[in-house]
Amino acid sequence: MEKRAHFSGWTLPLLLIVPQMAITVIFFYWPASQAIWQSFLREDAFGLSSEFVGFENYVSLFEQPEYYRAMVTTAIFSSLVAFFSLACALLLATQADKNLRGGHAFKTLLIWPYAVAPAIAGVLWIFMFHPTLGTLSRPIKAVGLDWNPMLNGNHAMTLLVLSATWKQISYNFLFFLAGLQAIPKSVIEAAAIDGAGPLRRFWTVIFPLLSPTTFFLLVVNIVYVFFDTFGIIDAVTGGGPAGTTTTLVYKVYADGRLGGDLGGSAAQSVILMIIVIALTAIQFRYVERKVQY
Amino acid sequence: MAGVTLDTVRKIYTGNVEAVKGVSLGIEDGSFCVLVGPSGCGKSTLLRMIAGLETISDGEVKIGDRVVNQVEPADRDIAMVFQNYALYPHMSVYDNMAYGLKNRGTPKDEIEKRVKEAARILAIESFLTRKPRQLSGGQRQRVAMGRAIVRKPQVFLFDEPLSNLDAKLRVQMRVEIKRLQRALGVTSIYVTHDQVEAMTLSDKLVVMSGGQIEQVGTPSDVYRRPETRFVATFIGSPPMNILPGKVEGPGRVSVGGQVIGVADMRDGLTPGSAIEVGLRPEDVQAGGAGSSSLSMDVDFVEELGATQLFHGKVSGAEFVVQASTGQIPADTRKLTLAVDPANVHLFDPQTTKRLGKV
Repeated sequence: MEKRAHFSGWTLPLLLIVPQMAITVIFFYWPASQAIWQSFLREDAFGLSSEFVGFENYVSLFEQPEYYRAMVTTAIFSSLVAFFSLACALLLATQADKNLRGGHAFKTLLIWPYAVAPAIAGVLWIFMFHPTLGTLSRPIKAVGLDWNPMLNGNHAMTLLVLSATWKQISYNFLFFLAGLQAIPKSVIEAAAIDGAGPLRRFWTVIFPLLSPTTFFLLVVNIVYVFFDTFGIIDAVTGGGPAGTTTTLVYKVYADGRLGGDLGGSAAQSVILMIIVIALTAIQFRYVERKVQY
Repeated sequence: MAGVTLDTVRKIYTGNVEAVKGVSLGIEDGSFCVLVGPSGCGKSTLLRMIAGLETISDGEVKIGDRVVNQVEPADRDIAMVFQNYALYPHMSVYDNMAYGLKNRGTPKDEIEKRVKEAARILAIESFLTRKPRQLSGGQRQRVAMGRAIVRKPQVFLFDEPLSNLDAKLRVQMRVEIKRLQRALGVTSIYVTHDQVEAMTLSDKLVVMSGGQIEQVGTPSDVYRRPETRFVATFIGSPPMNILPGKVEGPGRVSVGGQVIGVADMRDGLTPGSAIEVGLRPEDVQAGGAGSSSLSMDVDFVEELGATQLFHGKVSGAEFVVQASTGQIPADTRKLTLAVDPANVHLFDPQTTKRLGKV
């Protein structure tokens, strides 16, 4: 049903949308346009003057091997985190959907990690997996693995994937649980009577019916890994060792804040902006159509 | 094909709520058994226990000669039609019907043969490639039936399958279900709260209330000789009138001083003791004054087309009389009702059980 409000003049409706517009413009459009403008400028080393250089920042960006490396790192990182956080959340949600004793406590506990700030989560994981202090590094070393995320890039990446996944599971869990509860119970009962065992029921009935949720979460998770994992990366590895965990977003920060190359950093932001716009567009286009039953 | 036997089956939910209180029932092979009762009477729970969707707290459920208490729903060789149809929304009509056969490893050409056959019987051949959401309620209902019949199960279970359909379609589907069951000869158990569905469909009618069976019998048995006041007022529309009365002597009771004869009356009832007198609205004749009659004050008349319902009071108690239209002038204020002793039902006011001949 469509609800439409009718106003006699322009004053009231304008007043009503001004706060929202102000927030959007000041916090979103203005910085975004600043970034676009800055990506065409080059600043001197002291930040005192800048000159217009056209697409030079972009050109030099695509000449850097580090930039391609950051892309590959981001791709690996985001696919691993998206896969594991979706898979774990789905597994937990299917378990929580059963009528278990203490189910409420189980659900509440699963939601907690989402409330932990990324930096704090990062610090938590550093301490657990610190090569010399970590409570969990000892058992890992005891099985003969020379665990050292401070020096070994693969180890550092593993640690990042673990902590980023851990934080995202709660969010995915909530959506999957809601998705599961929206599936009519009788459909699953019908499948049970139709001779499908629990696993077959899951793959042929429950999973397809969850696909809109899964697709939505996939996009949200990729966006999460692209942008929101900055805090964790900064706290856990700082992009190292030797740049092995520098993702696109972290590189924006490293080049701009630490490297002082504001123009190059802005150019990277603009590329990220384009990526996220594309992702959102895909989501809106397809979530309504393709992944519908 | 197989019959179904229930032996003191109980369902106790956590918190000691007893939804089904020891039900024993035998359903013959190939017969159509309808469980009817008001909502919350345990009929659906009982059906779900037969299906294996609810655990059985106590007692035994047998399909054929096999006790199925611990058998998974998939292995009970049953098919069920749900109230909301429970079609798989992401599968085509064909896949919906083929799903159960695929799960059992039926060869592909056999699946195709059976699905086509079922689709032909149900006249849904032209929808096979559609998704359930593209179908109307009646078509979905047919697909749900098709999904049940392709499996060729021992027993069909129906859980209020027609209650989501509009009145006209419901009547049509009712006839089709009955015809289909006759043709296939599969033992069927059907749950409904609609007494018309129950009467028309069943070979064996089971009236339930409060987790217990009130009466089992053929529809006409249950209608002609209700064993309890509950059954008397639940089966039949409009429901049976119940009047407070008094025992006068063998074969005679009185209602507010007016004496009527009773054919089916237990021997040895104490004269003067209270008794409940049941009369169906369609069983009393307006107009004819005889030795066995009641006088009624009419409040208003409901027009039903072919018949009229006269609402009013007989010695202070609510009373309804059904008469063919035109038989009684609609502005009648006072009626004399002739009562055939064969149509009088007596119930014990305390136990609500029938006080008929033993």
